[in-house]
Amino acid sequence: MKIVTVCGMGFGTSLMLLMDIQSIAKKHGYEVQGEAVDLGSAKGKVCDFMVASSEISAELNDESVEVISINNLLDKDEIEAKVMPIIQKLHQRG
Amino acid sequence: MLTLTEGLIELDVKAKDAEDAIRKAGQLLVNEGLAEQCYVDAMVKGFKEVGPYIVVAPNIAFPHARPELGAKEKGVSLIRLSQPVVFGHPTNDPISLVCALCGTDSVSHIQMLQALADVLRDEEKLNVIMNIATSKEEILSII
Repeated sequence: MKIVTVCGMGFGTSLMLLMDIQSIAKKHGYEVQGEAVDLGSAKGKVCDFMVASSEISAELNDESVEVISINNLLDKDEIEAKVMPIIQKLHQRG
Repeated sequence: MLTLTEGLIELDVKAKDAEDAIRKAGQLLVNEGLAEQCYVDAMVKGFKEVGPYIVVAPNIAFPHARPELGAKEKGVSLIRLSQPVVFGHPTNDPISLVCALCGTDSVSHIQMLQALADVLRDEEKLNVIMNIATSKEEILSII
C-alpha cells in the first residue's frame, strides 16, 4: 500500500502528516509506504490514495485515486478517523 | 525540543492582513539572527503563490520557506494577534496564532515542526497560548 501526502512545498506539513499516518497505521498493525510531496509533484502520482490539508485537497480534484482532506493537521483523531477506514478497505482488497 | 526565547514571542500583535502577520512573525526570526530578511520575503511569496496551505489547524498558521532561501539557524517564532486575520482557508479562518518556522535543512525543519505540533496538540497548553497567557514568561513556562 502506498500513500502520498501533499502540502504546499512538500517538506513540512506533508512530511508530518505522513509520519503521523504511518504511526497510526502501525498502531493498528498495518505497514504503509508513503511519500511526501508538493502540490505540483502530486498530480498524476501513482499511489493507492492521497492525503492533504483541506486547502490543498481542493486542488487535487482531477486525481484518479481518492484524496482525503484533513482540516486540522494537529488533530490525530481526525487523521485516524479519516484515514484508517480506507487503509482497512485497501488491506481487505489485498 | 523547541528553543523559544522571549525575543521569539510577541503577544497582542496588530496585523492588518495575512501578509502583515507573516512578516511580523518572520521579523522575530530576523531580529534573533535565525533568518535573513529574504527568508521572510520567501515566506510571503510562498503564501501568495501556493495559498493558505500554511494554515495547519483552526486559528493557527505556520508560515515557512525552504531552508536555502535564507534560514541561518533552526528556530520558531510565535505571535498572537490582538485581532484575528483572514488567511483565506476554507475551514480554519480566522487566524490568531502565527508561528514562523525556519530550519537549515529538511531534518531540522521537520524537527521544529514536530516539536511545535506536540506543544499545540496539548489542549491545556494550547489554551494557555491562545487565551490565558498575558506574558511571554507564561508561555515559556509551559513549553
